[in-house]
Amino acid sequence: MKSLKALQHALADAGHQIDILEHEKDLPLFTGKMKQAGLLPLLPTQPEIFQVNVGKMCNQVCKHCHVDAGPDRKEIMTKTTMQLCLDVLANNPSFKTVDLTGGAPEMNPDFRWFVSEIKKLKRHIIVRCNLTIILANKKYHDLPDFFKQHEIEVVSSLPFYTQDRTDRQRGNGVFEDSIKALQMLNAVGYGMEGTGLLLNLVYNPAGAFLPPSQIALEKEYKDALLERYNIQFNQLYVITNMPISRYLDYLLVSGNYSSYMEKLIQAFNPVAAANVMCRNTISVGWDGYLYDCDFNQMLDLKIGCSGSDHLSNYSSSAISEREIILNQHCYGCTAGSGSSCGGAVA
Amino acid sequence: MADKFFAWYGEVFKDSALSAREKSLIALAVAHAVQCPYCIDAYSSDAYEKGWSESQMMEAVHVASAIKGGAALVHGVQMMNKVKSIAM
Ligand code: SF4
Ligand code: SF4
Repeated sequence: MKSLKALQHALADAGHQIDILEHEKDLPLFTGKMKQAGLLPLLPTQPEIFQVNVGKMCNQVCKHCHVDAGPDRKEIMTKTTMQLCLDVLANNPSFKTVDLTGGAPEMNPDFRWFVSEIKKLKRHIIVRCNLTIILANKKYHDLPDFFKQHEIEVVSSLPFYTQDRTDRQRGNGVFEDSIKALQMLNAVGYGMEGTGLLLNLVYNPAGAFLPPSQIALEKEYKDALLERYNIQFNQLYVITNMPISRYLDYLLVSGNYSSYMEKLIQAFNPVAAANVMCRNTISVGWDGYLYDCDFNQMLDLKIGCSGSDHLSNYSSSAISEREIILNQHCYGCTAGSGSSCGGAVA
Repeated sequence: MADKFFAWYGEVFKDSALSAREKSLIALAVAHAVQCPYCIDAYSSDAYEKGWSESQMMEAVHVASAIKGGAALVHGVQMMNKVKSIAM
């Protein structure tokens, strides 16, 4: 399977995705809903999470991927841009957490150097590890030890605790390798009580529907993974699929686009809307540009700070005075209990 | 009346001695037994969203069908008894 970009698919163009999202005139505007909820303009709070997308290259090509990642994507953050990230972090102590994402972030050749440098700045590090990367090549087999050594919090997608659903979304053989990788992480202490080594899993629906309750599903996951594979983990994050990129393609091809958008809109929750992750997060692209979140990044909606929308001209005052850029895809963050990189928000 | 019905209905499907997930599969089977098209759509979606696989859902429909078919079949005893009572 190839990325939309490699297929030269129309949806590889962010502008085309936005056209589709804005085209459905019957659907109420997200900004209108936010206005009714007293949340327009949406303003940031204290910036706490510095999320860095170190590249779009990935060993997998998941059907729902909002990054359109895959082995054919060559956009990778350079060491020079990583250094700019480190400079911004050093000058902005309010960023307590650095969240490394991709693609598969571990595939960036400077990933380990970057992690060690961030650690020197004494920040909490999250790595969004897709699990299968650990088994993909011998050079990655020691990742569990590397994560442990740097006290990294590991957040990993496992769309379901059965093979069928996981493989349908993420590709054949992914479930089996994910289980092996989770066992390797458990073996060094990840997810095990008393170790302090956090291993959190991510559920997202394998189809055109919204996720169920996080609490109930976490218990189901814990029981099933322990009983069947002797696997333990800390928390389950339940995430709603965003109607962008490859998931948007799936919705359109399967004829579910309009009904999915209606479901999101009907489930709009003002409490979730007040807690969307863009309020305390800055998202950095592989080329150093700044965004309100990873979704806006993939839609090429740069942060609303003219003149300081890149790491090289980072301005903390401009960042804190900005208005967050919203569009129709934002309904994906505000449905039901809400959705963020850390799961439900309400 | 409607409010009371929906309040009761909502309560029935909550996690309790049986989980909401288990109740969804029961509802799917019953929906087939009573052949309610609306309920079949609603609980096909609900059961799938709650993590039941297609094969598990199909087995639930077979259980409903077996009970329904078995119940129809054993009524053959009633038929035979009736015929016995009127035949020479
Ligand atoms: S969802 Fe994650 S693992 Fe899957 S293709 Fe995208 S970046 Fe890779
Ligand atoms: S999509 Fe991004 S900008 Fe929109 S509400 Fe979600 S986090 Fe905020």
